[in-house]
Amino acid sequence: MSGRIAVLAGGRSPEREVSLRSGHRIMAALRARGYDAFVIDPSESLMVETLSTASVSACYVALHGKDGEDGTVQRVLELLGIPYTGATPFACQVTFDKVLAKETLAAARVSTPPWASVQAAAIRDLAAGAILRQVTERVGLPAVVKPSRAGSAMGLSFVDREADLPQAVMNALSFADAAVVERRIRGVEVAAAMVGPEVETLPLVEILPKSGVFDYAARYTAGATEYFAPARIPPEVAGACHREARRAFEALGLRDVSRADILIDADGTPWVVDVNASPGMTDTSLLPMAARSAGIDFADLCERILRLALDRA
Amino acid sequence: MAEFSVDPYVQLYARRTSGMSASEVRALFAVASRPDVISLAGGMPYVQALPTQDVLDVVTQVLADRSDQALQYGDGRGMPSLRERLAMLMHEEGTPADPEDMIVTAGAQQALDLVGKVLIDPGDEIAVEAPTYVGALSAFGAYEPTFVQVELDDDGMIVEQLEEVLLRGARPKFVYTVPNFSNPAGVTMSRARREQLIALCREAHIPIVEDNPYGLLRFEGEEQPTLRSMDPQNVIYLGTVSKVFSPGVRVGWAMAEPGVLHRLVLAKEAADLCGSSLSMLVTECYLSGANWRENLRVLVDVYRSRRDATITALEERFPVDAIWTHPAGGFYVWVTLPPYFDSQALLAAAVERRVAYVPGTAFYPHTRGKDKMRLAFSYPTEHDICEGVRRLGLLLAEEEELYRSLSG
Repeated sequence: MSGRIAVLAGGRSPEREVSLRSGHRIMAALRARGYDAFVIDPSESLMVETLSTASVSACYVALHGKDGEDGTVQRVLELLGIPYTGATPFACQVTFDKVLAKETLAAARVSTPPWASVQAAAIRDLAAGAILRQVTERVGLPAVVKPSRAGSAMGLSFVDREADLPQAVMNALSFADAAVVERRIRGVEVAAAMVGPEVETLPLVEILPKSGVFDYAARYTAGATEYFAPARIPPEVAGACHREARRAFEALGLRDVSRADILIDADGTPWVVDVNASPGMTDTSLLPMAARSAGIDFADLCERILRLALDRA
Repeated sequence: MAEFSVDPYVQLYARRTSGMSASEVRALFAVASRPDVISLAGGMPYVQALPTQDVLDVVTQVLADRSDQALQYGDGRGMPSLRERLAMLMHEEGTPADPEDMIVTAGAQQALDLVGKVLIDPGDEIAVEAPTYVGALSAFGAYEPTFVQVELDDDGMIVEQLEEVLLRGARPKFVYTVPNFSNPAGVTMSRARREQLIALCREAHIPIVEDNPYGLLRFEGEEQPTLRSMDPQNVIYLGTVSKVFSPGVRVGWAMAEPGVLHRLVLAKEAADLCGSSLSMLVTECYLSGANWRENLRVLVDVYRSRRDATITALEERFPVDAIWTHPAGGFYVWVTLPPYFDSQALLAAAVERRVAYVPGTAFYPHTRGKDKMRLAFSYPTEHDICEGVRRLGLLLAEEEELYRSLSG
């Protein structure tokens, strides 16, 4: 084994804590496999200087949210010429921005719920607040309102009545400069994780939050959500989910690893509601769960993803 | 098919832990604690003002002269010599105190937990101010009470409301209050309200838990008698050296009648046998020295200037329809925004702009307080306070524009 492996984790995004948990688990797993792995928190140390001097042979990107998942850090790594795990800067940028991602998915005819995007600048500078009426007409109610650029369900709210839409949009705009208003699909929620190189779709993980909503608390409080893997759904529905997840992966130009969040409505139709280019790797995260149900333990999963980056060296 | 249990203990947790969950706000505070963020969030004492030499002297003295005691287990009630010293500290605020009625705890926070353990059965009612100290809500919350909320105004708890609540049949086990420079509201209970509260609770046989961490941090105005000094039999008093010396030593105390005290001691011994002997001796030694009063005076001057800086900045930078309290001491200013602001949702944008505060919702047992925020002025410099409030003001102005446009 040649150089060291830098696991990038932490950062300044609201998902900092989640990222640190992911990063330290990945570092421990890679060390157990004999790699000389160490964590760099770009918000605490001079990342570029460290990477330039530490003879790093690859970076494992375990950052979430802004800067880490949106192509920013990936562009820095491209300039440094250091191979890294996960998608290219452009694919990251498109995937992380729900406004761009929704457009891309729809253009590729991936099944995704009807939506409308609302930009803060339009409302503030063009005084286009009245546009919300058109938004509800286009999308329908109930709806879910999300910040265009955020993760872990932060800033997300559900809207049943038109009167509640402005507040929900304002909440989402606290996290990002645009909000996506999407028709709310009710049904079974599953996560479809994929790992390279031959884009293997891992068994679907069914998500059953005890509170009924897979929000931040339900995601990161152990025991707040029940998970079933594989999901308890008919094989043809599972097949359709896998197909949509794979089409989303290809449409967004992802590589190495990804997780699509899918809602299955009463008719068994899968709807892709989010795609993640840097899926969480914490002890309650979905990708490691999916891998485990396919017989891939956590260290194997980390090593497999890392090897994809090393192979690009 | 397998059900994934990410936590094998999940079926085993006690019901009282059900409220302990991950939260978005906590996640944001992980970013807010970064050095480039101006934090008006945490109520941290400005320990930098404490002369290092004074602390070094007492630590050295303790280890040189009393290391046998300092490194050993001690009395579950706390060292008698420290209790005497703490009783003298209470005299500073005009409260007669017998060291025999005192138990030393790991900060006043442990005293809150012990009071909860000794007095609260699941389902019991507890009366608290609305808003109230978040740490009391979590300490008491673990014993599964029902919280009865009593509103505050500039004169502290509105005792008439408590009276109404009692008339409607509520039977709280005790009334919890932070009468001086309350956390989070920064308000102080007036003399008249104190008398009213004492009379009402005495008649209704409901004890008062008086939490007084900030009493000695008065910037101006007339000192108020502690509730304990007005009715020792019916008041359990909680104190701490966190604000007059250091929160790092974890020394607080409770004063109570012998029966309650006895149970508090047994509960304390069950929890941790005894407090840290080293910390207790260091505290005693510091409070016996010549400098602590002068150090405290310097600290109060610092806090007063920071309070002034906060109020001035708020007047310059905040929306005209926002209002805030004018604390005569302590650490906090409590801001009420126009109702369309959601301070919890806004926190992400604030942290993005490198400034943090605590959303009002933290200080109520149920979902309330979205239009409030607590600003702590104790730790950041005056310069940082001005800059932090400026950033918040800009954010609120933009948010207001957004609201106006959205609400047509």
